Amino acid sequence: MKIDPMIIYLILLALMVITALMAVIARTLLKAAIALAVASAILTIIMFKLNSPLAAVFELSVCAGLITVLFVSVISLTNRMTHAEIMELTKTRLKRYLFLIVIVIAGIFFAMFGMPAHINAPIVPSENSIKFILWNVRMTDLLAQIIILLTGVFGVVVLLKEVLSKNDE
Amino acid sequence: MMSDFSGFFGFFNIFIILLFAIGFYCLIVTKNLIRVLIGLEVLTKAVTLLIILAGYVTGKTATAQTLVITLIVVEVVVMAVGAGLIISVFNKNNSLDVRNLRNLKG
Repeated sequence: MKIDPMIIYLILLALMVITALMAVIARTLLKAAIALAVASAILTIIMFKLNSPLAAVFELSVCAGLITVLFVSVISLTNRMTHAEIMELTKTRLKRYLFLIVIVIAGIFFAMFGMPAHINAPIVPSENSIKFILWNVRMTDLLAQIIILLTGVFGVVVLLKEVLSKNDE
Repeated sequence: MMSDFSGFFGFFNIFIILLFAIGFYCLIVTKNLIRVLIGLEVLTKAVTLLIILAGYVTGKTATAQTLVITLIVVEVVVMAVGAGLIISVFNKNNSLDVRNLRNLKG
């Protein structure tokens, strides 16, 4: 028995949307971070199936691994919300989630009618390998990546230095 | 063959827009600073999927993958700096509520 690939895509995409939704509406932040990691892992499977293995490996190691570790460390460095704050948020929860239904219906409406249904893009097999494109065609991107990484490193160093000096006082 | 692919694109589009709506909702409604980062992350996932899908449909997966690699690097830096900002804000205000950040409001 051969399973239709569209059904596999449908299941994977539905699972990804459900886990992303869980990440947004989960009560505790830790559960939200873990749901986000699961969504990232499912995105990796979809990317593998769409012929993009290298980007999929990046997604799995960085988004599902590194960013989850980052979130968990931020959650552990900050305090939980107080009971009063949680009760206040619980009271207005229904009102806030009503908004979600409106946005999702608007999104589906947009997907059905706002987007071009037929795109006649030519299906050309790519002649160049990803190595060639990454190192020769998109070299400016690599330079920009180095600059952005250095900016991030200096930003984190400055921010954490402020925090540490404040703690010393 | 061509119509197969356009149908395929439209089929993915619905889920991508759903993901985008979820991330946008999180950004609009949330009161917690860490959840703002989670919403940004969901938005970036939708964009990643859209770029990979466009590469697959047009047959230029190599270009799409290089773009996605750049996107992931930028995403990680944004998340790291955002996390540092959240920690410094928490140490200053002792709270993660965005409503407490209105000190500059006139």
